[in-house]
Amino acid sequence: MVPSFDSQLPLAFSPLHRLQWEETQQKHVILYPEGMVELNVPAAEILMLCDGARTLDGIVEELERKFETRGLHDDILGLIESALDNGWIRTVSQG
Amino acid sequence: MAGSAPYPKGNPRWLLAELTYACPLQCPYCSNPIDYTSHNGELSTEEWKRVFSEARAMGAVQLGLSGGEPLTRPDLEELVQHARELGYYSNLISSGYGLTEERILNLKAAGLDHIQISIQAPEKTLNNYLAGTDSYERKKAVAHLIKQHGYPMVLCVVIHRQNIHLMREILEMAIELGADYLELANTQYYGWAHLNRAQLMPTREQFETAEAIAQDYKLRLKGRMKIYYVVPDFYEDRPKACMNGWGTTFLTIAPDGLALPCHEARILPGLNCPNVREVSVRDIWEHSEAFNRFRHFDWMREPCRSCPEKVKDFGGCRCQAYLLTGDMNATDPVCSLSPQRDKVHQAIAEARQASESAEVQPLIFRNSRNSKVLGASSQA
Repeated sequence: MVPSFDSQLPLAFSPLHRLQWEETQQKHVILYPEGMVELNVPAAEILMLCDGARTLDGIVEELERKFETRGLHDDILGLIESALDNGWIRTVSQG
Repeated sequence: MAGSAPYPKGNPRWLLAELTYACPLQCPYCSNPIDYTSHNGELSTEEWKRVFSEARAMGAVQLGLSGGEPLTRPDLEELVQHARELGYYSNLISSGYGLTEERILNLKAAGLDHIQISIQAPEKTLNNYLAGTDSYERKKAVAHLIKQHGYPMVLCVVIHRQNIHLMREILEMAIELGADYLELANTQYYGWAHLNRAQLMPTREQFETAEAIAQDYKLRLKGRMKIYYVVPDFYEDRPKACMNGWGTTFLTIAPDGLALPCHEARILPGLNCPNVREVSVRDIWEHSEAFNRFRHFDWMREPCRSCPEKVKDFGGCRCQAYLLTGDMNATDPVCSLSPQRDKVHQAIAEARQASESAEVQPLIFRNSRNSKVLGASSQA
């Protein structure tokens, strides 16, 4: 899979959304004006690494290390693409 | 017995705090009750804080700070700060009129997440006429300030026959103001809108033309602006799943502390809604008669009772059924299967007649004087 965005750029969570842990639901959620998306565990792991410093490769590397596995690239890219499409995250231009 | 599919169970996720009925605007489609002037005694700062805490403990996470005009509460910043400390995502639902840069900054510091403002029309004369207040320039200035201070901005425009012909101009205005979200809310006929229905309801042709324009912009603006299009359900064949199902998701607290399964429910006769001054939010949600009244399928009659779609739309809106038929247990007449569907056809015909008539009926504006006169007559 080839990214549709410039994957050399770091990814950051959108300042117009909020990602938080919900104790009563026992899951992470994304909050935005008058709406909420409930996240599964893998999606939350990926989105929490969109910290304005890591790139796609950096996120893949981090999660493959954490879960002691390989071959996560395409799954992670798929989620990143849909998160970009939904405006939950954005690429950060350097400089 | 009800059918085999269970009624959804859940705790409140959405708390709508109607902080006050006071408002400097007079919109003739306001959803507040006609007799709002007779419901006095707003909850205090401490009472609101307790309500926020109790609902948050049950899992409510979206908080709407609404009214009336919530900016008329001098303790708004303190309430926002409490909400932020509890972990709510707080939405200020305002007319924008009366919002100053100082307050925008203070609300930001208190932790407010988002501001929604409403504009009545994309041009000054009509906006000010509909709002009953000279507010157009101020609202546009406020919209710019909201963006300037880094809030996500939702622009809400209520759509009806007096402004539906300006759909393209409305969309262009939203682009110019840099709205992140545009809510095109076709009028729902409750409260003052019900009163003014014949003057507000668009014809089907007007509605279809406007919708096509909105859908076209929606595609073109993808990724730049999200457009929420609230459909006018009088032109649908099936009713909306009102409130995502009674007592499943939404909790509204009226300015005087009345707890409502939806913000219109105070009109339903004999519902016996509890008050947060007397009962805890958990008790209200779990045990009150009002919140359990339609939280199942057993109240339904035919054609709802045996309908496979009841698990999707829950029989539609109880308030709409009541307003159109006088019976809150009736099938929502918006449904083409309703034996009282003619009530909807009749409303549409009345509106068309009014639109073609040379004699223009005046709009009844939402203000204290009209509320006192009309509220008294509706109770008599």
